Amino acid sequence: MYVFEEERKSYLKADIISTVEFNSSGELLATGDKGGRVVVFQREQESKSQPQRRGEYNVYSTFQSHEPEFDYLKSLEIEEKINKIKWLPQQNAAYFLLSTNDKTVKLWKISERDKRPEGYNLKDEDGRIRDPSTITSLRVPVLQPMDLMVEATARRVFSNAHTYHINSISVNSDLQTFISTDDLRVNLWNLEITDRSFNIVDIKPANMEELTEVITSAEFHPQQCHTFAYSSSKGSIRLCDMRQAALCDKHCKYFEEPEDPSTRSFFSEIISSISDVKFSHNGRYLMTRDYLTVKVWDLQMENKPLETYQVHDYLRGKLCSLYENDCIFDKFECVWNGSDSVIMTGSYNNFFRMFDRNTKRDVTLEASRENSKPRAILKPRKVCVGGKRRKDEISVDSLDFSKKILHTTWHPHENIIAVAATNNLYIFQDKVN
Amino acid sequence: MEVSAEAKRIMVVALGKLYSSRTQRGGLRLHRSLLLTLVMKSARDIYHAAQAAAEPGCEQQQHPAAEMMTTEPAGAPDLQASPPSRTLPEEKVACASTETRKSAENKENRCPAAQHTRKRRGKAAAEPDFLPRKKAKLEPGSCPQQPLVVNSVLVDYVKCGSELGNAMPLHRAIAAC
Repeated sequence: MYVFEEERKSYLKADIISTVEFNSSGELLATGDKGGRVVVFQREQESKSQPQRRGEYNVYSTFQSHEPEFDYLKSLEIEEKINKIKWLPQQNAAYFLLSTNDKTVKLWKISERDKRPEGYNLKDEDGRIRDPSTITSLRVPVLQPMDLMVEATARRVFSNAHTYHINSISVNSDLQTFISTDDLRVNLWNLEITDRSFNIVDIKPANMEELTEVITSAEFHPQQCHTFAYSSSKGSIRLCDMRQAALCDKHCKYFEEPEDPSTRSFFSEIISSISDVKFSHNGRYLMTRDYLTVKVWDLQMENKPLETYQVHDYLRGKLCSLYENDCIFDKFECVWNGSDSVIMTGSYNNFFRMFDRNTKRDVTLEASRENSKPRAILKPRKVCVGGKRRKDEISVDSLDFSKKILHTTWHPHENIIAVAATNNLYIFQDKVN
Repeated sequence: MEVSAEAKRIMVVALGKLYSSRTQRGGLRLHRSLLLTLVMKSARDIYHAAQAAAEPGCEQQQHPAAEMMTTEPAGAPDLQASPPSRTLPEEKVACASTETRKSAENKENRCPAAQHTRKRRGKAAAEPDFLPRKKAKLEPGSCPQQPLVVNSVLVDYVKCGSELGNAMPLHRAIAAC
């Protein structure tokens, strides 16, 4: 009985979704999991006969991106968990994406095959080699239709460039280079060249005992190919310009909000660590996520954020328990919608939050099978912070901290979101009027 | 005292997490280890501040068990460098309450016999119960020959911090007491 439970746990663990990402057209949605697999969903074509039925996402391709590895030199196991997936914009019939685990980035080509050549001379239909002496005539092989097959092939493997654990990758708007970031370094790669990369940021101190901060995420500017930003565990963001110097240790902008001394606690450093940084689509803003808030920064204003949104401030009084059960180390991501008017991030109890930057309204929704049947409208949820709990509210103490939404993504143009809740993927669409 | 009890608990939990992270798949996570070290440091500082505030007359009291001492990993090449002179500058940089720190450091460096001559040791000065009983000595001149006897947990932690190169990931280690 005990053994069975253990096995079941490890089966589920590999299925835990660790990243989700729409491609630039929104036609494809990729998910990566702890078992190193990538599953790509494709939106079905909208049929004219049923215009009400918006295109649904179906599985398009599944492949094993990374395998567990062992670093013999350091006696360390390298997890196969996919940390990030980034799509390349489509340039031909095939689709390309970058996927990374802790140490290695891979470029995958996903292509369709719907024809195959038949009528070979030297081999028969089963593939067996024909005896040349039995061949009496020649024929030209022809392409015959076949069932659609989607193949994924690893086109490039970018390895051996990171001593520490890779936390993010970002494709440049020039579509020729990308960066991979670990705790202390940012490396610049050319998509065509796998045997070398350029180190452009290195914050490793000469004496590791003096280490006070690590890099938590980095992203290229969506339009300016020479600009990128990286966030730190101290709650600051640095904007760097690659034209300034080969090594971008000197930032050209530094974003940090002074700490409010009244909220200082034992855990101030942990909760101020930025877990995600995202440029807005228009390139004018930056969004950062720390443990309790999401902040929107104007690139022109470094001393404080433009907007701060409280994700789950009711947890502020629970930091000690969250520290003990490790939840305080959870790394939540954040996303912009296509028009940069709404931002979204996850929370606990399978709740996720959306903030409308224009109306200043926010909503809490839940991703759960019990509460949402297909085509049902999601009901806003509310957490009761104290006093009398209303009928539909949930109290802070009843929240399930094992159900966390760390990864979400928003369709680039439409109001379609994908939310990863442990090992389940939820796709929500706007109501059709 | 509430604050000092909480600080102590936080330190214990941090130690436990640092210890268990050794056996985690994927190796030591630098970010997590750093955050735990920072929490431990700030809990330690608050613990000392609370202790000092609790008994202002006994500010000079020795807290051997709770003291953090810089230690050299057994395999590190610079074991031969004199640690006592190195610890003090590092302590100053790292710590808020330098005054208490310095006096406490000096107390640490005294031989144990000297400590027992104190007439009165309040409850607060008693060794916290969460740390093992081994006493560490950090005496000038004795270090090159005698590596610090540290908590075996942290020696292991230090040894398997191979990801971080030769240097120790922690700038403080709890001395065995």
